[in-house]
Amino acid sequence: MGLQVENLTLYYQTLRGDVHALENVTFTIDDGEIMGLAGESGCGKTTLAHGLISLAPPMKYISGKILLDGEALPIWDSRKMDAFRFRKISIIPQYAMNAMNPIRKIGKMIEELLSAKKVDYQALLPELKRRLDLVKLPHDVLNMYPIELSGGMKQRMVMVISSLLNPSLLIADEITSALDVSSQKAVAEMLVEFRNQGYCKSALVITHDISILYQLADSILIMYAGQLVEKGPTAEIIHNPRHPYTKLLISSLPEIGVKYAERKLNGIPGKPPLLLDPPAGCRFRERCPLAFDKCYQVPPFVEVSAGHFIACWKETDGHA
Amino acid sequence: MLKLDNVSKTYKVGAFGSRQLYAVNGVSLEVRDGEVVALIGESGSGKSTIGKMILRLISITSGTISLDGVDISALKGAALKEYYRKVQGVFQDPFSSYNPIFKADRIFQMVHDEFYPQVGAGEWQEKVEHTLREVGLNPEHVLNKYPHQLSGGQLQRFLIARALLLDIKFLVADEIISMLDASTRIDVLNLLAEFKKRGLSILFITHDLSLANYISERAVILYRGCVVESGEIGKIFTRPAHPYTQMLLASVPRLDKKWDQKTNVETQADVVGSPKGCVYSSRCPLAFEQCKRSRPLPIEIEPEHWVACWKVTQTGG
Repeated sequence: MGLQVENLTLYYQTLRGDVHALENVTFTIDDGEIMGLAGESGCGKTTLAHGLISLAPPMKYISGKILLDGEALPIWDSRKMDAFRFRKISIIPQYAMNAMNPIRKIGKMIEELLSAKKVDYQALLPELKRRLDLVKLPHDVLNMYPIELSGGMKQRMVMVISSLLNPSLLIADEITSALDVSSQKAVAEMLVEFRNQGYCKSALVITHDISILYQLADSILIMYAGQLVEKGPTAEIIHNPRHPYTKLLISSLPEIGVKYAERKLNGIPGKPPLLLDPPAGCRFRERCPLAFDKCYQVPPFVEVSAGHFIACWKETDGHA
Repeated sequence: MLKLDNVSKTYKVGAFGSRQLYAVNGVSLEVRDGEVVALIGESGSGKSTIGKMILRLISITSGTISLDGVDISALKGAALKEYYRKVQGVFQDPFSSYNPIFKADRIFQMVHDEFYPQVGAGEWQEKVEHTLREVGLNPEHVLNKYPHQLSGGQLQRFLIARALLLDIKFLVADEIISMLDASTRIDVLNLLAEFKKRGLSILFITHDLSLANYISERAVILYRGCVVESGEIGKIFTRPAHPYTQMLLASVPRLDKKWDQKTNVETQADVVGSPKGCVYSSRCPLAFEQCKRSRPLPIEIEPEHWVACWKVTQTGG
C-alpha cells in the first residue's frame, strides 16, 4: 500500500500573492521502499515533506489527495493529523542540532514526548535501549543533555526518537547535509537498517546530495521549481537519466579523482524561476539547452519504461 | 608563504578549568605562494580552529604562525590592519555572515572606508563592479539588495569579491561550498581555481575529499587536532596510508561505486587531555599495543607523503 500522493498542490500565502511552491505532484512510495527526493534549494522538496506532516500557515492546501496504507490523510486539518503524527507518519527534522530540548535530559524528554502520545515510557525502554545499541550510542545518553553529544551523535539520537513508534512513513529531511563524510555514511547505513528491521515501513529521504541517494535509496524523484521532473529506480536515474535537468544535475557533481587542472566541470547556468509568478509550461524551460516551442505547455509526467517516469516533451513526444 | 610551527590550541574544561581540551595539538604545516592546501577532517578535528587562528579571530595557545617570516601573533594596530589587507577569510554559512538589516553591498563600502579612503567614490564603484563581474555576478542584479533577496551562491561570491577587493595574498576558505547546491558548488570552486592561477594562496578547509582533490595540490588530514597524514594530494588519494584517511576515503558517497564496509563511528564526544597514544587508536581497526602507549611521529613513506601511524612505521612503509 505505502504512500500515494495524487495531484498535490500547495501554495504559500504572501502579501504579494501566492507562491506556487508545489504544483500537481503525483507519486507513490511502496511498502519497504526508500525513496530519495532531490533538487536544488527552492525546488519544493521541504515543502512536500512539511505538507505531508504539519501543514501550517503560510502554507496553504490547494488540492490533492494523500493515502497512507489506504487511509486518507487529512493534511489540511492539523487537529485530525495529530492522530497520525509520530505514530503513522514521522519526520527526522533538518537540523538535529536544535531538534532536542536543550534544558531536558534526553531520557526525560523522550518520556514527556511519549506521555503526550499516551505511550508508557517504561514499557518502551527495553526497545529504546535495543535501538540505541543499533545506532551505537551508549545507554548513558538518556541521562545526558543534548549539548554533551556531537553533531553526528545527535543526529543518530533524533533518528531513534523519530522512529520509536514504528511509523508507516519516515521522512528524513536533509539528515546528512550538516555532517562530515564518515557520519554521513553511518547515518545513511543506519536508516537502511531501520527499514530492514521494520522500524519504519517506508522512507522518504530528502537531500540535495544525489550521491548519498545512490548509496541508500531504492528509487529517486527529482524536482525542479515545484514540479516533478523525473522518477525512477536509483540505477536508472544515475546511469541513464533522460530529463535534461537530471543530466545536468548529475554531471555537475565532482567525481572522485577529477582535478580542475585536468578536466573542468561546469555547473548549471542560470537560476530557478521565482515561484510567485511562475513561467507557464515547463519551469526548467529557461535554463534548458533543448527547449522548444512545445515547452510552453506543461509536460505530462508519463511512464517511459517500468517505474521510470519523466516530464519532458523532448522525451515523451517520440514515445507518444 | 604561510607557516604554522607546532601550533596548539587548548581550552580549559571541567570544574575551575581543571582539565585541558586539545582542539589543535602540535600542528605544523605550510602553504606556499600560489598553492591550494586542503585541510581535511571530520567535525571536531580542529580544522576551523586552525583557520580562525590564522585569521587572528582566536588566540594561539602555543607555537607560532608566520606569514613570510613575520610572526602574526604579535601584530597590533597598523601592522595588523596591513595583515588583513593580505589575509582574509570566507566562511561556511553565507547567510549569517551578513547583517540582515543592512544591504548586502555594505560590506564593500566598509572595505572602502577602512582600507581605501583615498580612492574616489566613482572609481571605487567601478572597482566594485569590475570585481563582481570577475566572480561571475551581474552588478545590476545584485547591488542594492538585502541579504535575503540574494541566493546562497550569490552571497558567497559577494564575500569572495570582498576579499579580492583587498588584493589579498592568502584566503582561508572554511567549508565555503558545503551549504550550496550541487549545481552552484562547482562554479564557486572553479572561481577559486581561477584566482589560484593568478597567485592567490588558499587554505581550503573541507570534509569532502573529492572536492578537495578537485582544486588542491597538497592535503593535510587532521584527526582530533593532530595531523595524521600529509603530502601531495594525488599520492594521498591513490595510496592512503593512515587507517583514518582510508576510512574517510571509503566514506565519500560516489556515483560509480556503492559503499562496501560498515563505518566505525565515534561513540564518545570529547577526549580531554593530550592522549598518550595515537589519537585515532580508540577507533582504529588495526590498533595494537604500541598505539595506546605512545604517539607515532610522521615518517616520509615516499617523497612528499608523510604518515603518522605505528602500523606503517612497523611494516616499513
